[in-house]
Amino acid sequence: MSIFDGLKFRNVSSPIHKIDPRAKFIYVCVLFVIAVLFNQLIPLIILFLIQIPLVAIARVRREWLRLIKGSIFFATLIFIMNIISLYFYGNYPSFAYIIEHSLAMTFRFIVLIESFSLFFLTTSPDMLGLSLEQIGVPYEFCFAFTTAIRFVPVLAEEAQTIIDAQRARGLELEGGNFIRRVKNYIPILIPLIVNAIRRSLELAEAMESRAWGASKKRTNIYVLKMGGRDYLFILLSLVMLLLSLYVWMHVKIPYLTQILQM
Amino acid sequence: MIEVEDVYFTYPNGVEALRGVSLKIADGEFVAIMGQNGAGKTTLVKHFNGLLKPTKGRVLIDGVDTREVSVAKLSRKVGLVFQNPDHQLFSETVEEEISFALRNFGFNEKIIRERVNWALNLLDLVQYRRTSPFMLSGGERKRVALASVLAWDPKIIILDEPTIGQDSRQKERLRQFIIQMNQQGKTVIIVTHDIEFVVECEPRVILMANGKIIADGETREVLTDPDLVSRSSLILPEITQVFMNLNDLGFPREVIDVYEAKRLILERLNGGIKK
Amino acid sequence: MAIIEAKGLTYTYPFAEKPAFKNIDLKIEKGEFILLTGPSGCGKTTLCRCLNGLIPHFYGGKLEGELTVAGLKTTEHAIYEIARHVGLVFQNPENQLFALTVEKDVAFGLENLGVPRDEIRRRVDWALKITGIYELRDRAPFELSGGQQQRVAIASVLAMQPEIIVLDEPTSSLDPLSAKNILDVIHRLNKDLGITIILVEHRLDLASRYANRVIVMRDGQIVLDGEPRKVFLQRETKLIGVGIPKVVRLYLSLKENGVGLSKVPLSPEEASQLIAEALTFDRG
Repeated sequence: MSIFDGLKFRNVSSPIHKIDPRAKFIYVCVLFVIAVLFNQLIPLIILFLIQIPLVAIARVRREWLRLIKGSIFFATLIFIMNIISLYFYGNYPSFAYIIEHSLAMTFRFIVLIESFSLFFLTTSPDMLGLSLEQIGVPYEFCFAFTTAIRFVPVLAEEAQTIIDAQRARGLELEGGNFIRRVKNYIPILIPLIVNAIRRSLELAEAMESRAWGASKKRTNIYVLKMGGRDYLFILLSLVMLLLSLYVWMHVKIPYLTQILQM
Repeated sequence: MIEVEDVYFTYPNGVEALRGVSLKIADGEFVAIMGQNGAGKTTLVKHFNGLLKPTKGRVLIDGVDTREVSVAKLSRKVGLVFQNPDHQLFSETVEEEISFALRNFGFNEKIIRERVNWALNLLDLVQYRRTSPFMLSGGERKRVALASVLAWDPKIIILDEPTIGQDSRQKERLRQFIIQMNQQGKTVIIVTHDIEFVVECEPRVILMANGKIIADGETREVLTDPDLVSRSSLILPEITQVFMNLNDLGFPREVIDVYEAKRLILERLNGGIKK
Repeated sequence: MAIIEAKGLTYTYPFAEKPAFKNIDLKIEKGEFILLTGPSGCGKTTLCRCLNGLIPHFYGGKLEGELTVAGLKTTEHAIYEIARHVGLVFQNPENQLFALTVEKDVAFGLENLGVPRDEIRRRVDWALKITGIYELRDRAPFELSGGQQQRVAIASVLAMQPEIIVLDEPTSSLDPLSAKNILDVIHRLNKDLGITIILVEHRLDLASRYANRVIVMRDGQIVLDGEPRKVFLQRETKLIGVGIPKVVRLYLSLKENGVGLSKVPLSPEEASQLIAEALTFDRG
């Protein structure tokens, strides 16, 4: 579960938290483009390092670290797979280059995770739903989105209660062959699903009772307004993008291996 | 016999739910564990069948440490009926639902049939034998859940908030039922905040607040103490409230039932007609 | 004119063999505080669902007879229209709260109605203050206790400023202290704001002191309807299985033994007063 901690909103106050989700989203997209643009290790390491001060400003160091720790498994997998495929099919002068390229791919993965994590850690689902609304996504979807998030902890707790209740009736969840294990989850899944359906009916009743559908033009108690800080952030992201494009087009980026061998 | 020895329990999310709880419940006792939501009541009873293991201290069921035995094994002796029956019901028929635990515990088919019949009769569910539990009303589903636990005849029965959402007739039925089970020698433990119900049953009352036991004694002593009651976010029983206000007229405070109240008032009225 | 009027109301759920209730005639005036009670399955919850149009619009089934609520015939108006006049608070607090903050939840109904933003803000703050949860406005519903959640539910209905609020067993999952507090809030809505209240409850010991009228249902029929003090005295009430308050039982018990209190007590405070009176009177 530690990976998911890195993607769950953390409710503190920081300059990054205050930035409009739409501005942050642009940042994530820019980072994505740049990360895909470069194949070389050095720029990707730079990208990785650039984000670290942002993580510190956002006061989400602990969760972010947990995410990085959790993604080591996949990172290693990517690293190894790259090495293997390059060894057999690659075209590199020496093994050092293979390692460098594989490291680069690993860092690309980590950079992407890093930026997503920063986004989700500093954007409340409420604000996210609101920004979706304001860019024109139909309200029904935004509502479904935020309501789903609202109920995740509730459902998780309920699942645990159901597991406890069935264990108290002698249900064993460990041991036994594969088929038996799957069968043993039926007494857990059925109440979970039935209760989820019951719950959504109750929710629907409550929604209707609070005038759902009364007006085509829904108003909102909150509104997201882009301010100076947000435009500045977008500007910086775009500058980073332009700079990277320039470098990519005009600068020949050395391999770390080359530098080390010198 | 249930023995709880200085138990501490902290949930994985860091919440300290039990902070040094010790108690003993002998076989055949009838106990009510009361207190505010979040006081640790449900957490405590989940230690009795091993669903939760203490972070510190230990729990012994008939002398066996709960950390050394599986939940399934402990459940043979300790039946826990959860508050919401919909967290347990999943079978196609009531019959199957009741057989579920019996199958898990490895009873043979013949015994299972006998026990299912017995449970259906005991809880007035015979006509619903082949009905889907999902088609039944709330009260009926609660009875099915109870039947499915009683079916394997545990010697300790724990009921978690059994009176929520029940009307007074259903509660009276439940009360009779509990008395019956207790008379048959079963240890009955109810977790509840329904004061009037407890006052009608007069069990041993254990009051909890903030993860600790703050009182343990007779209904009459514990639930009539205004200080204890307010610390556990409960209120005094109705009749006790009446007599609290009559205290300066010389009436005792620890009055909990109507009959006694009537008697005291009539006595005071010098030679009031007694039946 | 009555604010709620039912004539010959009969309702059968879809696929049900028999009606949930039959030929209900009912008149409720503005400002009343109705306590609706009866054994499980008597039809009281179904009746509540009719009052804001969930029946028939959400549930389907067959609704016969006439029901007019705040001047609107429920069969002829959509639920969202009726919702402006009738708020419904359900039993389970958790499943009525969808938003990630309390104030967003309270605003929900007003947002649906397209009320302008500053008006929403005003009404939300007003509703939060009346229900005593203004300090909780930025909290998430998951973090709140049952009693607090139920207050949020009431506030979110209150914000829409309906003339009538129906509450279906709002205290059933709450501990006694929270239950008492919630009933107090509901009482104030009736007393201070003049909102007509229809409260479905089993906990008559806590609720009956606020009601001016008790309606008892059984098997889909209204069997008793009147002032609490009168209704609780009727033998039928006990026979139906309604849990009359212990103080009323004490009153009856004393009466059987020749001691008459001057009126039927509906709360322990009242009972102590009446008993003290009876004793001093007797001495004097």
